Amino acid sequence: MNTERSEVTGATPASGAPLLDIRGLRIEGFADERWNPIIKGVDLTLHRGEVLGLIGESGAGKSTLGLAAMGFARAGVRFAGGSVRFDGMDLLTMPEWKRRRLWGTRMTYVAQSAAASFNPAHRLIDQTVAAAVREGLKSEAEAIADAKALYAQLQLPDPEHIGARYPHQVSGGQLQRVMTAMAMSARPDLIVFDEPTTALDVTTQVEVLMSMRKIVEEFDTAAIYITHDLAVVAQMADRIKVLRYGEEVEEAETREMLAHPKQDYTKSLWSVRSLRKAADPSEDVVLRAEGIDAAYGNRLKVLHDVSIDLPRGRTVALVGESGSGKSTMAKVVTGLLPPSKGEITFDGAPLPPKLKDRSKEQLRRIQMIYQMADTAMNPRQTVGEIIGRPLTFYHGLKGAALERRTVELLEQIELDAGFYDRLPGELSGGQKQRICIARALAADPDVILCDEVTSALDQIVQEGILKLLMRLQRERGIAYLFIAHDIATVEAIADEIVVMYQGRVVEQGLKDQILAPPHPDYTELLLSSVPEMDPDWLTALMERRRAEAGGPRP
Amino acid sequence: MTDQTEGYSAAAEVGRFRTRRTWRQRAWIELKKAPPTALFGLLVIAGYIFVALFAPWLAPYGEAEVFAQSYAPWSAEHPFGTDQIGRDILTRLIYGARNTIGIAFVTTLLAFVIGVSLGLVAAINRAWLDQVISRGVDVLMAIPSLIFALMLLSIFGSSALSLILIIAVLDSTRVFRLTRSVAVGVVVMDYVEAAQLRGEGLGWVMRREILPNILPPLVAEFGLRFCFVFLTIAALSFLGVGIQPPTADWGTMVRETANLIQFARFDLKAGLTPLLPAAAIALLTVAVNFVVDWFLQKTSGLRDEH
Repeated sequence: MNTERSEVTGATPASGAPLLDIRGLRIEGFADERWNPIIKGVDLTLHRGEVLGLIGESGAGKSTLGLAAMGFARAGVRFAGGSVRFDGMDLLTMPEWKRRRLWGTRMTYVAQSAAASFNPAHRLIDQTVAAAVREGLKSEAEAIADAKALYAQLQLPDPEHIGARYPHQVSGGQLQRVMTAMAMSARPDLIVFDEPTTALDVTTQVEVLMSMRKIVEEFDTAAIYITHDLAVVAQMADRIKVLRYGEEVEEAETREMLAHPKQDYTKSLWSVRSLRKAADPSEDVVLRAEGIDAAYGNRLKVLHDVSIDLPRGRTVALVGESGSGKSTMAKVVTGLLPPSKGEITFDGAPLPPKLKDRSKEQLRRIQMIYQMADTAMNPRQTVGEIIGRPLTFYHGLKGAALERRTVELLEQIELDAGFYDRLPGELSGGQKQRICIARALAADPDVILCDEVTSALDQIVQEGILKLLMRLQRERGIAYLFIAHDIATVEAIADEIVVMYQGRVVEQGLKDQILAPPHPDYTELLLSSVPEMDPDWLTALMERRRAEAGGPRP
Repeated sequence: MTDQTEGYSAAAEVGRFRTRRTWRQRAWIELKKAPPTALFGLLVIAGYIFVALFAPWLAPYGEAEVFAQSYAPWSAEHPFGTDQIGRDILTRLIYGARNTIGIAFVTTLLAFVIGVSLGLVAAINRAWLDQVISRGVDVLMAIPSLIFALMLLSIFGSSALSLILIIAVLDSTRVFRLTRSVAVGVVVMDYVEAAQLRGEGLGWVMRREILPNILPPLVAEFGLRFCFVFLTIAALSFLGVGIQPPTADWGTMVRETANLIQFARFDLKAGLTPLLPAAAIALLTVAVNFVVDWFLQKTSGLRDEH
């Protein structure tokens, strides 16, 4: 269907000239008191009605290129060479005011964080129609009527009135769809989607993707879709361009690219999803939580009778969308949030519910790794201090012995002594997470709680972290309580899965049982929402859900 | 990512990578980029410190040495004349730097020790302790500080020690507020939670996890606070309850020579005399503010500094 469409549109334009033509584009960014190249000579061609997927790790220059396609350079970034031609006009040489007239009308942008991109002081509908009305493309009444129609097409609830709300009054997924409506309002020739679903839950992501694709197809708009998620781009794009270090790795039709990636780098991107560990049952329970109820304050009860067994040296994955109580469960286990009911047993003995009642030894044996490695490390401490502190604190290491052990740990996480004196700000996202792992490892724990440890990372970095965690588990017999919302990650690392929904356990058991049908309704929804690499997956899912016709949420 | 070579022994290599710039090198680089106002400020402050440290060698006479002629005009013997009981003005200006700056510095330091530690404790323990300290501070701040200081000084007497303690306690309330508000944002970071999960005590969390991360605004506040304390002491001295004679102090000097300003139409130089200590106060305050401005601008920017 995708290929068919690009053939059709390829034939229609009278001139046959591409809508967007980028030649030898070079962009530089200012850092460390000099200009460093970000984009090193990229060509890009986009025809009317075509969707191009831009994919690569963070720092590959995807977003910079996406913005450059609109003739825009962020603060601290400059064009250093090449040309960007949009419908025959050279965007880089035209005066700023001319470009401004194109922005929001003929080319529009959908940002990653919808919450941060809306003005909180204005109603959604006013922001949706602003650009079209400003440029006099439509009267305000027309634009508002049209916006409401767009809301309906994007399957927003109550399209007549949702526009009267303020940004904080709708959910993240809804906001992202309103932003798509805003981008569509002026019927642009080109939309740049910059990771529009990365911040959303899988179940929400699928709904947003469906809406976006439907509307892009309907108006035959050309689009650049930026993401690091291959499965997502496979659903959206006609062609895929892979970027790395500001250079093009390869570009091909989606199907061709998925079936026969040519470059090794592309293949490695593709292989991430194949990581999978065989489930290994065990009865030797190291950590047991029984009948846990927990509440924030006196009112808001978050957990209802949750029981989890964590076998020694195994991984139990806690799965569910945000708000399902996964992270609260981690807080209960660490002692930060004492449960109102229920008990936690650690290695046969009851574990005091409050953090301050636990002994140093108990604290040592349960460690935690956080989702955001950025905030999990003190920015003023060096890597050596960060890893060294638990060694001194728990094991009393000092001087040369401390330094030696720290370096050993650095090597275990596949870094080296060169990182000893670095500050967290000087590390990449994956390196930071590795340092956090080393810090947990330094305590020599029996259990590590992993709170969405890979969800902030790119896929290729994720794979490295998951492999590292698995290797450490094999070598040192550490049990992981692995909190995640991404099924692919869970599939890779877990032995057992606990599915949570609204603070209750929906289903739990060995990975193979949970992932094999039949499922309870919620598990089914969660599993079916995970994008697959098959480019027809979304189409099939849309048809299936349309056939079922019921509400998409339980 | 890293350029490792074969046969690489990590344990033996630790020292090799310590090639980061020391803080001294970094300070020098910053200094070279500093705006002229900041350089001027630094120069003036350095001058004051020099004068304060070497007062006995720089001053032509003794601090309390009395000469026969009171209110002597400017002359070679007494460059800025003498005061009402015949002490050399220049000498007292030089000694005044030592006393006024020294006492202000000690007071500010003490105010910070009190304010920062209480602020950190309050930020970490958000339950009852925070309430107790914060309400106590509110009470102290509700009373105009100069009037409060005057009252306390007349109760406890105007010794240098009570002056330092009273102003330090009163000013620590402002420091407390700043520390608490900045620290509250840091306390919720995951690394603080990680330290607490590790079982670290309050002292470690305060000193090692939070303090380094709130240091820039505190240092800037130190500069400003120093100016305020300095002005408060000068004001109190001017009112007669601050630093007591015969100890030289700029605030007292302004008061003692204030009458001379009326003689400006007969002898312009004599009329300028009371303005000299006032100018000394003003110049230092301006200089400190220049430096603080520069520092604030450096640290409040979005660039991350290493």
